[in-house]
Amino acid sequence: MSAHTLMEITPTTFAPPIADKPAQADSEVHQTLIDIANLDFFYGETKALHDISLKIPEKEVTAFIGPSGCGKSTLLRCLNRMNDLIDIARVDRGTIRIRDIDIYQPDVDVIELRKRVGMVFQKSNPFPKSIYENITYGLRLQGVSAKSRLDEVVERSLRGAALWDEVKDRLHESGLSLSGGQQQRLCIARAIAVEPEIILMDEPCSALDPIATARVEELIHELKSKYTIVIVTHNMQQAARCSDRTAFFYLGRLVEYADTQTIFMKPSDAQTEAYVSGRFG
Amino acid sequence: MKSTERHIYSLRPSFHRRVEGAVVWVLRIATLIILVAGLAVFGDIIFKGSRTVFQTSFPFVNVAFLTEAPKTLYVFEHEGASFEMADDDFRAFRTGLEEEAAAAGLPAPQLKTKSYVYSAGGVFPNIVGTILLVMGSMTIALSLGVASAIYLNEYAKQGPVVRFIRLAILNLAGVPSIVFGLFGFGMFVIYFGWNVSLLAGWFTLAFMVLPVVITASEEALKAVPKGFREGSLALGATKWQTIRKAVLPYATPGILTSSILGIARVAGETAPIMFTAAYVVRDKLPWEVERAIDFLFQGVMALPYHIYVVSSKIPQNEYSERVQYGTAFVFLGIVAIIATTSIVLRNRLRSRYRW
Repeated sequence: MSAHTLMEITPTTFAPPIADKPAQADSEVHQTLIDIANLDFFYGETKALHDISLKIPEKEVTAFIGPSGCGKSTLLRCLNRMNDLIDIARVDRGTIRIRDIDIYQPDVDVIELRKRVGMVFQKSNPFPKSIYENITYGLRLQGVSAKSRLDEVVERSLRGAALWDEVKDRLHESGLSLSGGQQQRLCIARAIAVEPEIILMDEPCSALDPIATARVEELIHELKSKYTIVIVTHNMQQAARCSDRTAFFYLGRLVEYADTQTIFMKPSDAQTEAYVSGRFG
Repeated sequence: MKSTERHIYSLRPSFHRRVEGAVVWVLRIATLIILVAGLAVFGDIIFKGSRTVFQTSFPFVNVAFLTEAPKTLYVFEHEGASFEMADDDFRAFRTGLEEEAAAAGLPAPQLKTKSYVYSAGGVFPNIVGTILLVMGSMTIALSLGVASAIYLNEYAKQGPVVRFIRLAILNLAGVPSIVFGLFGFGMFVIYFGWNVSLLAGWFTLAFMVLPVVITASEEALKAVPKGFREGSLALGATKWQTIRKAVLPYATPGILTSSILGIARVAGETAPIMFTAAYVVRDKLPWEVERAIDFLFQGVMALPYHIYVVSSKIPQNEYSERVQYGTAFVFLGIVAIIATTSIVLRNRLRSRYRW
């Protein structure tokens, strides 16, 4: 599936910036990186996820879509165990394997896991520190303090997040002095500074205006050559524009999971069709 | 007919508008009463106290009052003139007279004196004692209080146990200070055998302000956005790294605000220290100790206790008011200085860690 076909099926603006990639073939080449099998998840007594099974391929963008409360964010937060922060949250049954390692095994180091599975949040949350400090935060935690190394990572990450040209002259100003869209890209830069394998994005554009959104989407396209990206969105055009595969959730169940094109053009499930065509949700 | 009807924008007051006016006045008068009472209290202390602390001749500040220990005042007449002297000056004066008389071969002159305890000298040891008590107890209260607030807010599993602990802490805030004094006396002074000492006073005062410190620190921690914690954890920080680098710096201004209230309370309480740390009078200053360890186990003089002593434990006369109000004035000044320092520090931190 190529970016161009996508553009044609979703006439609502946005030209993907990257050149054509060999269509179809590459999604076959990419191996499964995250393998979720029969996952049941509870908040206290409430079952939030019912028997979820899905395989997320490497170096592609996978979108989770669905109406509010369908469990898509919950599932995303299972992937780096952010749900551990909630006392009453628990995985009841099933496994999540990343590179064949079950991340819910008791001997898994959550800290190491989160270094490899970065996350960008719905509300941009730069620390009230300088741009430079924001980006070096993760590395400093790991004990890196050599200035040359930090400088290099700051430049690489900011370039990676398409923010370098805008902020290179004010790296020591507060991250909060940036605009909303820039702040979100700063958060992406902060996440890629620790060189994760996977980047989870939880509705990264929901608080941004259309232009800032376009820039972040552009960035997602660029990032997928290096990273595996899982994005939660309730903006269906966004899923159509920037994802390779799409999973549709409804009421805590995975309804349909397929190539983005298939989901939007010829979904096999009636609920999916109703949702992507805007009849509910 | 038309003329008796009111125009809708008429200025004639309706019932509701009259009530509105009355309510505003009730509230305004209540505020004024408080204002007047406050001004009266401060005005009285400042007016009477400044007569002790300040003077009309150079250096305009009564240096002796701020740098000397309390002394007994001797009032006597000699060769037609009346004298007011502190005890050490008086003894030197009398010895001088006796030597003069002996040299001249006369009998020593008999001076008819009246003495008034604590009415001469100053309150320097009390200032020192109060500052030591505040610093020590706030150090203890802040380290224990912030530690437990971090535990309760960041680590402990929120449930009935934690709720019960919070309730217990809140209730502790309602315990009268004299009860803390009694507890400190039984626990530290008697059972631990610390005697009446700085250490016993520190812990007693610290326990008294702990509820305030814990509650306010928890509020300050809660005010730090959840996004900071999540952002930090998602980058592979441990919980403690997150707290240290992404939570605590931003909670510090709030914690300091609470400790400012704590300082005023610690400095001002008399009841908790009267059995545990305060001496009515002590000749030595706190640093005049033989071994360093003795520093912790010595009692001190303190400003609020001194006010209590000079106001109720000595015969009242025309000289005692001077020292009462002078001490109160100095006391207010000290509290104001400590509080201002904390507020400046707090504001500086706040502007540095703004979000």
